[in-house]
Amino acid sequence: MHEVSIAHSIIQTVLDEKKKNNWAGIRAIGLKIGALSGILPDALAFGFDALKKDTPLESCHLEIEETPVVARCRACAHRFEVEELTFTCPRCASTSLDVEQGQEMLIAYMEVDEIKDTTHDP
Amino acid sequence: MSKTIEMQKKVLSENDRLAADLRRALQDKGIFSMNFVSSPGSGKTSLLERTLQQLRDTWRIALIAGDVQTENDAQRLIAAGGQQVKPLVTGGSCHLDARMIERVIPEIDLDETDMLIVENVGNLVCPAGYDLGEDMKVVLISVTEGDDKPLKYPAMFRRSSVMVINKIDILEWCDFDLETVKKNALQINGDLTIFEVSCRTGEGLDKWYDWLGQQVRKKKAALNPS
Repeated sequence: MHEVSIAHSIIQTVLDEKKKNNWAGIRAIGLKIGALSGILPDALAFGFDALKKDTPLESCHLEIEETPVVARCRACAHRFEVEELTFTCPRCASTSLDVEQGQEMLIAYMEVDEIKDTTHDP
Repeated sequence: MSKTIEMQKKVLSENDRLAADLRRALQDKGIFSMNFVSSPGSGKTSLLERTLQQLRDTWRIALIAGDVQTENDAQRLIAAGGQQVKPLVTGGSCHLDARMIERVIPEIDLDETDMLIVENVGNLVCPAGYDLGEDMKVVLISVTEGDDKPLKYPAMFRRSSVMVINKIDILEWCDFDLETVKKNALQINGDLTIFEVSCRTGEGLDKWYDWLGQQVRKKKAALNPS
């Protein structure tokens, strides 16, 4: 159960970006959470909602996309979705694979309110 | 007006950056490094005690002993002859991260180290996502646990390079099938190197010690190609 510390990292990162870009607010944070990331999306959302109180992200919500595990075979280069935790190439039966997707925790996008640029006003 | 901004930023990018720095620092010194993970009670500290007792006169081994609350593990490793043992008490945290390692590293004389072992907190979930800058993760499992554990904790077994099966001396009293656990582990990670050992009787440990020696030599050879 380290979803709360992950939620904390997300809030830190997003607040840094907010400050850097001078955004007025952040409405939503889009996350990609790999099936093999070791993170439970529900627990992450719970932690985020608990931590966001009394921060500028109070009205912000998470949009979590769970990404499946995708691997590439080192022997025949076949790229496939790993099903039922069987890390074996369905084409050549090799077990020598690189996992290309499914281990990640990414902030994919943010929906932000921009500050109106007043420098071009008449 | 709201606007969608593309980010594609890793949540743990700061941890990954620190881990990359640590990896480079260890690489530059030709130090072989491992991150030991397991459930609580699988025998991480016992295996490290044995390893120290056997190899302390051959290789200079530094240890960072992660523990949630006490320094007991570090004390055991010092008693086993560890010259450079640093306790790392997380104060409740369920995993070690690269920042914690970065803080302890200055207490270790890297010029007097051949092998660095980090003993993580006993937990097969949370440490999986935190790169500590190690060359490889070593996962321990003992025969008093379920032989389906690799399937229950795929993230950890997929990220590990080595699996050590401990307590094989009591195999006959446990509902644990060696072939099943190996099959399950290899289903998740076909590249796993597997050892079967008993830290109590010493069975199977010679192969482990030999393998460790090979890794240290390989690391040094990469630093000084002749």
